[in-house]
Amino acid sequence: MSVTLLAVQTLNGLQLGILLFLIAAGLTLVFGVMDFINLAHGVQYMLGAYLAVACYQLTGSFWLAVTLALIAALICGLLLEFLVFRHLYNRDHLDQVLATFGVILFLNEAVKVLWGAAPLSLPVPELLDGSIQLMANFAYPVFRIALIVTGLAVAVLLYVLVTKTRIGMLVRAGATNPEMVAALGINIRRLFMLVFGFGAMLAGFAGIMAAPILSVEPGMGDNLLILAFVVIVIGGIGSIRGAFLAALIIGLVDTLGRSFATDIARVLLPPAAANDVGPAIASMLIYILMAGVLFFRPSGLFPVRSA
Amino acid sequence: MTGSLLKNTILPLALFAALALVPAYADVFDDRFVLLFFTRILVFAIVAISLDFILGLGAMVSFGHAAYIGFGAYAVAILSEHDIWEAWISFPLAVAAGGLFALITGAISLKTRGVYFIMITLAFGQMAYFTATSLSAYGGDDGLTMWGRSELFGTGLFTGDASFYYLVFGVLAAAYLLLRTFAASRFGRVLKGAKQSEPRLEAMGIDPYRYRLAAYVIAGMIASVAGALMANQSEFVSPAYMSWHRSGELIVMVILGGLGSLHGAILGTIAYMVLEEVLSGYSEHWRLVFGPLLILVVLYGRGGLMGLIPGQIGRQSRGEADQ
Repeated sequence: MSVTLLAVQTLNGLQLGILLFLIAAGLTLVFGVMDFINLAHGVQYMLGAYLAVACYQLTGSFWLAVTLALIAALICGLLLEFLVFRHLYNRDHLDQVLATFGVILFLNEAVKVLWGAAPLSLPVPELLDGSIQLMANFAYPVFRIALIVTGLAVAVLLYVLVTKTRIGMLVRAGATNPEMVAALGINIRRLFMLVFGFGAMLAGFAGIMAAPILSVEPGMGDNLLILAFVVIVIGGIGSIRGAFLAALIIGLVDTLGRSFATDIARVLLPPAAANDVGPAIASMLIYILMAGVLFFRPSGLFPVRSA
Repeated sequence: MTGSLLKNTILPLALFAALALVPAYADVFDDRFVLLFFTRILVFAIVAISLDFILGLGAMVSFGHAAYIGFGAYAVAILSEHDIWEAWISFPLAVAAGGLFALITGAISLKTRGVYFIMITLAFGQMAYFTATSLSAYGGDDGLTMWGRSELFGTGLFTGDASFYYLVFGVLAAAYLLLRTFAASRFGRVLKGAKQSEPRLEAMGIDPYRYRLAAYVIAGMIASVAGALMANQSEFVSPAYMSWHRSGELIVMVILGGLGSLHGAILGTIAYMVLEEVLSGYSEHWRLVFGPLLILVVLYGRGGLMGLIPGQIGRQSRGEADQ
């Protein structure tokens, strides 16, 4: 358990946390403002990654691909809103679960038909290729650092947008009491569409940024969706601040847990047992954390809507 | 109320009568596949009605229900690994293990509501799942093959295709009747009442927490029985039995059928699994059809498949299921 390894894993944890935040931010807003459970949020992340790969194959330029994919992700999100989700806002949560589950099945399969089941990848652009020497014997890839920095920048931007602008005020008001916002003459449908499109774009953006470092494959959004739900539940539904904090905590706990749980278990248990228990505990950590948080704070760390 | 009669009495009777005839059909048309396939469906139907009992009646959306399948299945498989095949040992043990897990996790989970409840039950389900993956003495990730089936006083009840089908059918019918009796009793009325308005119940001096917990434990125990049957059916257990995908699938089956009637959950299970089987026979990309089909059911068939049949389930109005 060297200092270098700890540093690397901390950075990796931050990076997972940032990705989770980008997905969870949209999810928590859509849920908080529209009271809409969107299981299909994870496939929007997947779509972002696939669109980036497709645009790269078309244009050959990473930066052009990112721009085009971002726009395409937004269009896909709005299209889904128009075709399916819009009709579900007034339905109960379980109807939303069933319908958005149908969307997941369809899009995962559609992606398989269009691009095949084999994992694809997006090359890292030249500008961000290579690594930086952070310590004496510790180099870290530039792209991953860029990912963390970009994610933090988006977080700051989002924070300013939500706390300092009129739209942000409406969004916050919508998360607290949507009926009242509508009663005050705000076009709640348009606000919904805006929030939804923005959330879809953020998830797509996370997918685009993950494309060069993770494999792009059908179903890649499913597990992240669950993690994103863990994040928004720990953070408190509708709270951007909570989502940010919880995303970083989950990213770090999961990554560090996976690298060190077995070593820690070895201190307490015989090696053979530790090799069994370590990985299991590591995978369980975030769920234990979530159960613990909910036990003491049943509405998450930063509850928005008073029950 | 002729619609209600159709929906609540004639429909379940017809459903069970049709299911009872499956072995005869398989015998006449020499179709072993149908018999085995329906055995599997009925095992899932047992889990589905237990989930509908807490989800449809009490609005407790458990996203970790597959864990109980795992408890039941692993109880049978682990005992078989130690050469204990008697069902009268393994089945009560399976139920006890599932019930204990439900009691502990339910006591904690039921402090939360709505989506927080969904997620905390997911958390406990995942803990059970990862515990199973770490059981390297019992196959770990790869699962555990059973070299035979449970025995009951040497009767061979578990080994014959038709006798095993009737066993599963009997368990399903018994569980259905038991849960329907509960639903109609004071216990069931408290659960339904708690779903509509907790303060009202509390004003009457009833604490819904204990009733919810009891319902949660009952559902867990019934799902464990189904798990023990499933281990026998496939003669194999693996952590995949408890994955969150499976829990999600169960929720989908129950919603697809229509909430709160119990036989709706059986219909939903049959519809889901038969559609999956039939569509996947046509194309490997069957989900392209299946996904939109689910969306259409939600958009046009309010209340799942049961909503397509006229009449009331003797139940609540819409919009309460999510609280």
